[in-house]
Amino acid sequence: MAVELQDTKVDRTIDARGSYCPGPLMELIRAIRESRIGETIEVLSSDSGSKRDIPKWCEKAGQQFLGIIDETGFARLVVRKGR
Amino acid sequence: MASPQVVVVGGGTGGTIVANLIARKHPGSNVTMISRDAGHLYQPGLLYVPFGWVGPEQLVRPQQSLLDRRVRFIQDTATAIDPARRMVRTGGGEMSADALVLATGARLVPDEVPGLSAAHHFYTPTAALRLRQALAEFRGGHIVVGVAGVPYKCPPAPLEFVLLLEWALRRRGLREKTKLTYVSPLPRAFPIESVADVIEPVMERRGIGLATFFNVEEVDPAKRVVRSLEGEELSYDLLMLIPPHRGTAPVVADGVADRGDWIHTDRETLQVGGYEGIYALGDATDIPVSKSGSAAHFEAHVLAERIAGGPLSNGSDPRYTGKVMCFLESGDHQATVLSFDYNHPPHPAAPNFTAFAMKRLFNRAYWHLVPPGRV
Repeated sequence: MAVELQDTKVDRTIDARGSYCPGPLMELIRAIRESRIGETIEVLSSDSGSKRDIPKWCEKAGQQFLGIIDETGFARLVVRKGR
Repeated sequence: MASPQVVVVGGGTGGTIVANLIARKHPGSNVTMISRDAGHLYQPGLLYVPFGWVGPEQLVRPQQSLLDRRVRFIQDTATAIDPARRMVRTGGGEMSADALVLATGARLVPDEVPGLSAAHHFYTPTAALRLRQALAEFRGGHIVVGVAGVPYKCPPAPLEFVLLLEWALRRRGLREKTKLTYVSPLPRAFPIESVADVIEPVMERRGIGLATFFNVEEVDPAKRVVRSLEGEELSYDLLMLIPPHRGTAPVVADGVADRGDWIHTDRETLQVGGYEGIYALGDATDIPVSKSGSAAHFEAHVLAERIAGGPLSNGSDPRYTGKVMCFLESGDHQATVLSFDYNHPPHPAAPNFTAFAMKRLFNRAYWHLVPPGRV
C-alpha cells in the first residue's frame, strides 16, 4: 500500500504545514472544489488532527482517501476526488 | 532620522491603536492615518443588534475622536500600495512612509456562494437590522445558523448568536415552536477542539442541533433549502449564515497576498512578505490566528514597539506570540473566556456569570481603554 501510494501520480500538492487546525482540512476542501473528478490531491500537514479529520471528512463527502505517508515532522495525506 | 513618517492604512481596532501608541510614545514622528470611513465601528456589538438589545448607532464613534491629536487623519480610500517604495496611493494622491502599516481588514463576499445573498447575517449594520426585522416577525419554524466559508471574523460570533437566539426565543415564548440547527464546516462546533468540548454539551442541553461537515455549497431561497458540498440538504424557515470573507488585497501589489487576498505577513514580526518597513495586522493578514479585534489589539501593541525599534530608534525585538483573548457569550447571563496563543490552546471554563459581567463591562469600556492603547 505504502509503495503504491508513493507511486501515485499527484495532480496537486497543498502545503498546509504550520497551518492551524482546521487549516489543512479547509485547504483540502477548497482544492476539491477546484478539481475535476479523478484528480489526486496531496495535503502536507504537520497537524496531528488532520490524520483523523481528513479521512473522516472524505468518508462523509464521498471522496476517496488513498492513505497517509509519514515524513519527518509532517504527513502527506492523499485524496482522490470522487464526486 | 529627524522626523520619521508613519502611515497607517485602516481605522479599525488595530490601526487605531498603532497610530495612537506611536504618536504618544514618539512625539517626534509624523503619524498619518488613512481610513475609508469617518466612523469607527465596534464590530463585536453587532451581535446584539438582531435581538434589539443595542442599535447600530450606539456602536459607532467618529474616528477622529479616537485618535491622539498628533495623528493626522485623512478620510480616503487606498487604491494601491507599492511595497517596494513603501508608497500608498489614494484618491487624493500618493504618500510614502518610513513605516507603512496595513490594517485594511477583511471584506464579505456573499456572491461566492450561489443564493447566499438571500440569507441573513449580522456582520454589517444594515444586515443586522434586516435580521432584527426578520426575527421580530418570526413566529416559529426551523432556523439554521452557521458559516458559509472559512476563515471568517470572530470565530465565536455565530455560535454566540445561536446560543443567544435560543435564549431570546425562550423569553419570547417561541422556543417550543422553533427548531434550531447549527451547521459547521468542521467535525465539531468550533475550530478549536477544547472550546468545542465545552460548548457542545451546552448546545445539546438546550436542544440546539449540530450538523458537522456541512460546507455550504448553495442556497436555494425559492425552495428555502441550503445544500452542502457533502451532499446534504437542510430546509429552513430562517437562515443565518456568515458570508465568506476575503482580504483587501486589490489595494496591494502582486505577490503580496494569497488566493484569498490575505496579506502574507510574518506571524511574529508582522512584517509583510519580506519588505522592510511594511507591516500588516488584524483581519487583513494570512496569520493563522483568529480574525478578531483581540488579535489585532495584541498585534498592535507589538507592532508599535517594533516600529519604535525600527525607524524611530534602536530597540528590542518584540514579537507577536499569537495571543488572543476573547469572550464567548452563551445566553442566560453566562459567558466563558478564551485565552490562547500559538503554543497554548485555550482551556475555557464552563460558562459563568463572572465572564458574562466582564464581557458586558468590556463592551462599554472599549472606547476608553482599547483605541487609545491603554490596555
